[in-house]
Amino acid sequence: MRQPGFTEALLDPARAVPAGLTDPQGRPAGKRFDVYRNNVAASLTAALETAFPVLRALLGAEFFRRMAGIYLRQHPPTLPLLMFYGAEMPAFLAHFPPVQDLGYLPDVARLELALRHSYHAADAAPVDPAALEAIAPERLMRARLRLAPALRLVRSDWPVVTLWQMHQPGGGAPPEMRAEDALLTRPGFDPAISPLPPGGAAFLLALQRGETFGAALGHAEAESHNFDLGAVLGLLLKGEAIIAIDHEDNR
Amino acid sequence: MLDSRTNRPEPLPDGAGVGYKPQHFSNILEAPAAVSWLEIHAENYMGSGGRPLAQLRHLAERFPISVHGVGLSIGGEAPLDQDHLSRLKHLIGWLNPASFSEHLAWSTHDSHFLNDLLPLPYTQATLARVCAHIDQVQQVLGREMLLENPSTYLAFAETEMEETEFLAEIARRTGCGLLLDVNNVFVSTTNQQTDPHAYIAAFPMARVGEIHLGGHDMQTDAHGAPLLIDSHGREVVDPVWALYAETLARAGRRPTLIEWDNDVPGWPVLEAEAARAAALLAEVPA
Repeated sequence: MRQPGFTEALLDPARAVPAGLTDPQGRPAGKRFDVYRNNVAASLTAALETAFPVLRALLGAEFFRRMAGIYLRQHPPTLPLLMFYGAEMPAFLAHFPPVQDLGYLPDVARLELALRHSYHAADAAPVDPAALEAIAPERLMRARLRLAPALRLVRSDWPVVTLWQMHQPGGGAPPEMRAEDALLTRPGFDPAISPLPPGGAAFLLALQRGETFGAALGHAEAESHNFDLGAVLGLLLKGEAIIAIDHEDNR
Repeated sequence: MLDSRTNRPEPLPDGAGVGYKPQHFSNILEAPAAVSWLEIHAENYMGSGGRPLAQLRHLAERFPISVHGVGLSIGGEAPLDQDHLSRLKHLIGWLNPASFSEHLAWSTHDSHFLNDLLPLPYTQATLARVCAHIDQVQQVLGREMLLENPSTYLAFAETEMEETEFLAEIARRTGCGLLLDVNNVFVSTTNQQTDPHAYIAAFPMARVGEIHLGGHDMQTDAHGAPLLIDSHGREVVDPVWALYAETLARAGRRPTLIEWDNDVPGWPVLEAEAARAAALLAEVPA
């Protein structure tokens, strides 16, 4: 047997069953090979359904199942870690003709991937909120905040947070068509998604690059004249997303 | 669960365990006497942190743990995936589980992971390759592993050896132990139209470190012959329980796992299956 030919036939039902595979009587394996084909397709479809529940709700279960069948043949997993399967889904959706006019789908997929990665990210103890509040403003401006490994940012030209919330228990109103940036934090073990106020993403991206608090604030205010620093710090503290404050004097 | 003298984990107890599912976390901790050990799928615990690892650390303080790999592709024609072997070494290293097992199967080709346990022809070439891979795994992990007999749905024209003979030879050459999945024996012997009792009689029981029991689905092939599917989605059927009793009569007590991976039931159903295995184990003279 050669595993390359077996693999190609597994992923492509139109291909002939490889030679040399038989039933107990020595007849061609036929339908018996389809058991393996079905195991592969069904298990990978189930993995995609688990990974993208909101995408599935937006597209409908039957459409999603058929689409997953196409996706899994174009993009079989490249790792034996199914919890991270589906990384190519945003790019796939952007080029999948039947959903070309649904421009928000790739960002919903990015948000669901980010949720998965946040869930499995490394643990890190958050700083005490009182410790942050106790720092004199001028000293804070020169400090660098380290963010939790579970923090994720998804920037979108679409109302990606509201779309996601619509499909959670309890629902939510259909969104207005506006851009939303999503902040994912993981207080404890369950990731939480919040919309960031204008300028929030620029602030966090600067912190992630290792810029000082003051420099990050500058980026945020350049993007939004009325940047709400208090709201963003509130989300970070509630989300247990600040894990260290590095001061210039002890770096 | 360490042996205080050697810092090696104690072996799995000769009792009944279950495949751990996160939805049963509270049930298991509320009544831990229901099972004597737990098995996890290695690949589900290869993230960096979060709830899965926290739950596993918690459970490992109370139960012997068996780590069961489903992604190493030991039967693969290509070399083993070094990155995956490193992830496995990391998990085995910090968890120090009572047992590690994998499958006589392949699942990865050309960096495509197919997420199924695919079949192998039993030839001298396959034997040499599988043994080389097991040698490598045992060397990297610094411990013996168990190799599980597969469920098969078709045969290979080029096969030269019986599966039992093939497994016995792997164990002899590599020193690995064997994981005897009695449901897989029933599924494969039905599908291959051979005798399950003869399979059990021929199996090298001295090498068996663990037994698996699980449910299967029933279909027919294109000629109307029964075709059983190893689905792990229902109760163990009576003929498999009978074959298990026959296995215990030959092997003596062995750690026995109930596997239920799809359409996972509420805890009482799984607990009842484990209790049935425990009752059969208790009938075997120690």
